[in-house]
Amino acid sequence: MNEIIEINCIANLTYEIIFCNGEICENSKPGQFLILQKDEFSERVPLTIVNCEDGKVRVIIKVVGRSSLEISEMKVGDSFKNVVGPLGNHSEIRKYGNIVCIGGGVGAAPLLPVTRELKKTGNKIISILGAADANSLILDDEFEKISEKLYITTNDGSKGKKGFVTDILKELLKEKKVDIIWAIGPMIMMREVTKLSVENAVPCWVSLNPIMVDGTGMCGACRVHIKNEIKFACVDGPEFSGADVNWDELISRLSQYRDQEKSATEYKCRCDSNAK
Amino acid sequence: MQPNINAGVIVMQNRNKTKMKIQDPEARIKNFREVALGYSFEDAKEEAQRCLNCKNPQCISGCPVNVDIRGFIQEIKKGNFENALKIIKNTNGLPAICGRVCPQEKQCEERCVLGKIGEPVAIGRLERFLGDNFSIRTEPPSKKREEKIAIIGGGPSGITAAIDLRKEGFDVTIFEAFPKLGGVLLYGIPQFRLPKEIVETETNELKNLGIKIETNHIIGRSLPFEKIVEEYDAIYIGIGAGAPRFMGIPGTNLKNVFSSSEILTRVNLMKAYEFPEYGTPVFCKEKAAVIGAGNVTMDVARTLKRLGAEEVTIIYRRTENEVPARKEEFDHAREEGVNFLWLTQPIEYLPDETKTLKAIKCIKMELGEPDSSGRRKPIPIEGSEFILDFQMVVEAIGQKSNSVLKAFEGLQLNKWGYIDVNEETLQTNIENVFAGGDIVTGSATVILAMGAGKKAAESILAFLNEKKEVKTL
Repeated sequence: MNEIIEINCIANLTYEIIFCNGEICENSKPGQFLILQKDEFSERVPLTIVNCEDGKVRVIIKVVGRSSLEISEMKVGDSFKNVVGPLGNHSEIRKYGNIVCIGGGVGAAPLLPVTRELKKTGNKIISILGAADANSLILDDEFEKISEKLYITTNDGSKGKKGFVTDILKELLKEKKVDIIWAIGPMIMMREVTKLSVENAVPCWVSLNPIMVDGTGMCGACRVHIKNEIKFACVDGPEFSGADVNWDELISRLSQYRDQEKSATEYKCRCDSNAK
Repeated sequence: MQPNINAGVIVMQNRNKTKMKIQDPEARIKNFREVALGYSFEDAKEEAQRCLNCKNPQCISGCPVNVDIRGFIQEIKKGNFENALKIIKNTNGLPAICGRVCPQEKQCEERCVLGKIGEPVAIGRLERFLGDNFSIRTEPPSKKREEKIAIIGGGPSGITAAIDLRKEGFDVTIFEAFPKLGGVLLYGIPQFRLPKEIVETETNELKNLGIKIETNHIIGRSLPFEKIVEEYDAIYIGIGAGAPRFMGIPGTNLKNVFSSSEILTRVNLMKAYEFPEYGTPVFCKEKAAVIGAGNVTMDVARTLKRLGAEEVTIIYRRTENEVPARKEEFDHAREEGVNFLWLTQPIEYLPDETKTLKAIKCIKMELGEPDSSGRRKPIPIEGSEFILDFQMVVEAIGQKSNSVLKAFEGLQLNKWGYIDVNEETLQTNIENVFAGGDIVTGSATVILAMGAGKKAAESILAFLNEKKEVKTL
């Protein structure tokens, strides 16, 4: 169980991993996540489930520090020591009408299963994918297939329109009747999309990815004020209505362990160079 | 030595417990090794001699899992250590753990008659001595029953229920959320109080008994609760309280404000004290505050000391006379240089310009009339607010029910979100589902959770026997 059968670099520092776990496949629904731990020395890493088929789980991870770096270096045939999931609540999938699905960076990965399911339920999908540059863009071909229209933006204009996902969203909200927005990506992107959604009185779902340890509601690291009440993203979320989220507090808390993360990455790199 | 009269026989009795070696405070705040070092064979024999072998021993009635305390101590006196351990294991599968973490001073030892003239027999230390130094290989039971039982939660309560039910011959499976068994024993209690190797040794015996263990399983998420209820003849839920409580004062979500569970989970479960060899970090600053005064508060304060905090202050709204922590933990914290600020309640966390904690606004309290808990109620003194600078704060004020329980469809919860049970049988509103421990009572102790596991095992046995009779009729 948990054996890797495929691991591919699909974009700049971004890896797609497919591993075996029948139980997760049997029980997971779009919007849920899992926690994996490479070995007993590793951190527990929360990742959204992108696909589940025939006992094979697909996840996508971006290398941002030591733990993601270690995972990206795993090989076909290696197994994760521990995987637990699905965790969190699944998305509120139903017929809404016209939906704009917005994925920022690696956020396109958790957005994909939700979009797929929304499409199956008879919704009309317009997708916007944003990335830093063409090399960082992921899953655009898969979004293309399930969207009436797909817009791409890059910060440097190397693919699609130069700018941000919000530039496109602004236009869309002027032109079309939008019934709901689904936005998953960096916190700042989700905050900005939420602002537009509130201005235009369109509901907006977001999926939060704060720091987590156990992912079972036990430690409170992932807490966030939702309508001024403390909620835990791992058990009460991960999806919330964007308008209810206290974004500034959440964004500031993301940097809680920045110094330690830096030293952990340096430690890992030092170990590797010693080994060589 | 003091003369002591018992049943007409005069014996010379040492008034005090045989001392146990402990690590010196100066040394121990620089490591995570165990503080209390345990009895030697000589110590154990000497201490066992203090037991009066009472005709009507009160100690046993103070034990939530009914260990035959007098019985095992008599075996130690004779040097039959393995027999002594066997006696404990008849009713308690976790002696090395309970010997360390039970509040004996409020249970068995409180009732020991020696306590009337001096210190009671050191029952906990003797129990630990046996658990640490001897082992009896557990074999699968000779009885066999067809019924399948699911235990949800591999903490002290679930483990106890699993052992008792397996001994009756049932097919028992434990579902545990984490990679290893132990629950609070692993993530909650620090290494310096309960080494994780001990937890592993004692929980490994479950496999020898033939108990099936499914780790990395969260019922209600990774497997639907309904499926378990359908597939198993009886279910015991012992999942613990499972979610940290926050006071909810302004500034709770500032950076550098933590729950006790986060600090302890990182340090104990993820071994963050060995960061960066282990990948999970923990946060620690020179000047730290910990809110509360329970065992967990002491654990966090002492952990922060070991992580390098120079000044750790426990802030408590009552006085040292009301401290709920075990005296031993309180004493150890004091010896290790933890500061205490009594009759003080934080009312706001104050930020700097980066939304990071800078100071705590507190108010002075005074004690009024006793409240429902029997302790004098703290009342804020108007106009007594003051501000103290801190770089981090940890709230250790207890737990609440984990909202993952909402996924246990059909299960009746009370207004606090805990599971409603019949107090006599621990049966829930679903006929074949029983529940106990913190998820029924709210935060309590390891041994009370074990007591509940025992009680549930008895009820489940009775429930399944009754069903079997109906079937065979």
